[in-house]
Amino acid sequence: MSLHIESAKPEAGTPRARISLGIALAFIVIAIVVFCALFGASIAPDSPFTQRLEVGDAPPSGQFLAGTDLLGRDVFSRVIYGAWTALVGPLVVAVGAWVIATVLGLLSGYLGGMVDSATMRWVDFMLALPAPLIAIVVVGVVGGGYWTAVLVLIILFTAPDTRIVRSAVLEQRPRPYIDAARALGISKTRILFVHILPNVLPIVLAYVVLDFAFALVNLAGLSFLGLGVEPGTPDWGRMLFENRTILFTNPVALLLPAFMIILTAVSMNLIGDWLFERLTR
Amino acid sequence: MMRSGVLRLILVRLAVAVPLLLVISFGVFSLVHMAPGDPVRALLGTRPSDPETLAALRERYHLDDPLVVQYGKWLGQVLQGDLGRSINGNRLVLSSIKERAGVTIYLLLVSTAIVLAAGIALGMLAAFRRGGRLDRFVVMFGVFGISSPAFVTGIFLLYVFGVVLGWFPTFGAGRGFLDRFWHLTLPSLALALSIMAIVVKITRASMIEVMDRDYVAFARARGVSTTRITLSYILRNALIPVVTAGGIIVIGFLANAIYVEVTFALPGLGSLIVDSVQRRDIPLIQGTTLVLACFVVLVNLLVDVIYTLIDPRIRFSRVES
Repeated sequence: MSLHIESAKPEAGTPRARISLGIALAFIVIAIVVFCALFGASIAPDSPFTQRLEVGDAPPSGQFLAGTDLLGRDVFSRVIYGAWTALVGPLVVAVGAWVIATVLGLLSGYLGGMVDSATMRWVDFMLALPAPLIAIVVVGVVGGGYWTAVLVLIILFTAPDTRIVRSAVLEQRPRPYIDAARALGISKTRILFVHILPNVLPIVLAYVVLDFAFALVNLAGLSFLGLGVEPGTPDWGRMLFENRTILFTNPVALLLPAFMIILTAVSMNLIGDWLFERLTR
Repeated sequence: MMRSGVLRLILVRLAVAVPLLLVISFGVFSLVHMAPGDPVRALLGTRPSDPETLAALRERYHLDDPLVVQYGKWLGQVLQGDLGRSINGNRLVLSSIKERAGVTIYLLLVSTAIVLAAGIALGMLAAFRRGGRLDRFVVMFGVFGISSPAFVTGIFLLYVFGVVLGWFPTFGAGRGFLDRFWHLTLPSLALALSIMAIVVKITRASMIEVMDRDYVAFARARGVSTTRITLSYILRNALIPVVTAGGIIVIGFLANAIYVEVTFALPGLGSLIVDSVQRRDIPLIQGTTLVLACFVVLVNLLVDVIYTLIDPRIRFSRVES
């Protein structure tokens, strides 16, 4: 969980033959999840909140495709509704962390000097911290659930992301077009945001997708510990937390959300790797 | 000359680790104040709020002092091994931690062994068969491993080996050595799988890079045996990036251990911290967080030292400068 994107960077010699099929499937999976998040209410066969205590935790049947949980709620509908928290939080985390990281990385990489060394000390410090442990403890003590978790993850993700943007900026800085822009007397701000930024953005975009997958897994993890979304919210991580006790009576109630977490995260990682290869060469 | 270089490096690392530990301890200390509402209320928990208990709490946590003084006094107590008492059950935090540490240490040792043995072996095999079927499988395994957190892997392992096949118990840590081994097999595997992907990925990538180096071609041309080339020319150099990634690997182990312990209902430090967080037992949270965070910093320090020892380039370059 704490293994950050630096290590998720695609390496040389990755076999490409299967990638295209994999990428197509990954896009289809993400499209389905997005569709469920947006139109879950119209496609779910049942309300995710209706309790049937007399039914209890029943295995899959014709009426309840994935069975029911302890309170008799339809697991299949809850999984469809769960697409919402699986997408929104990670999206906010990935975009939020990258907006901050891009600004910090641009300033630190281009200005150098004090700004750079201060930023890098902060990054080193953050990377030495056990981030997932901090997320659990801070979210648990401060309270506030899902959105506190999103905020904490943005802060924790910003540090490694800043380092990536900074090194991309350092690669651009010695190029002739920067010298040319400087010789023309263009302001620093303009050089940073009009000239360097567009050249750094492709890398940022690929990493936003990889960060998304990472944030999804982290948020699901916090919900699995009972610290993320509010009790009762249809959420894949929360379902694993609530349905832990019915592994013997209706295993699908655990296996389906678990499968969706992996499937979505794998798809996003594949798309991220693919974007990385396409956009950075 | 060389020895003093290594010694200096260790001192430099220590000089970074000590402030880091201080900042972490300050963060842990401030948890009392981060909890919503009055610190005394947070420390009181569900106990009755009679004036005597409140006064005793204010006294124990020096809440009437300025913040910095509070921290100083608290740190002094911590350094003497006094982590206070838990809110629920009023037990010594230190003895709760001692009681739970065994399972976590066992879990970490077994899964580290699995990761180092199987992870490096798989990475090597994939690199040798680059582009082949095994390699493709390993690369796919890497993507899955990075995407599936330990609690999800754990649930699948529990279902397949615990429920369907019934080979392994589904909860608890067992008593005695053999029983414990049997109980901790699935958890160790779940933990190992979540970390292995990273080790396999790094090993594979750096093996491929090293295999193409001139000195390997030269050794081959000289007729050095394949085993010797693989072990002492390629592997030794290829493992350096794995050690460099030691920091994120250690943090990954710890984080995933927390999730694995909760998934398999194991009485370890990870489940202790989650229990205490769920019950908002601040002293217990503080003690456990402090111990785990110190563990991470110290293991990272150790990894840095090992890194310095196995890579002569670092040793010599620093000495020259």
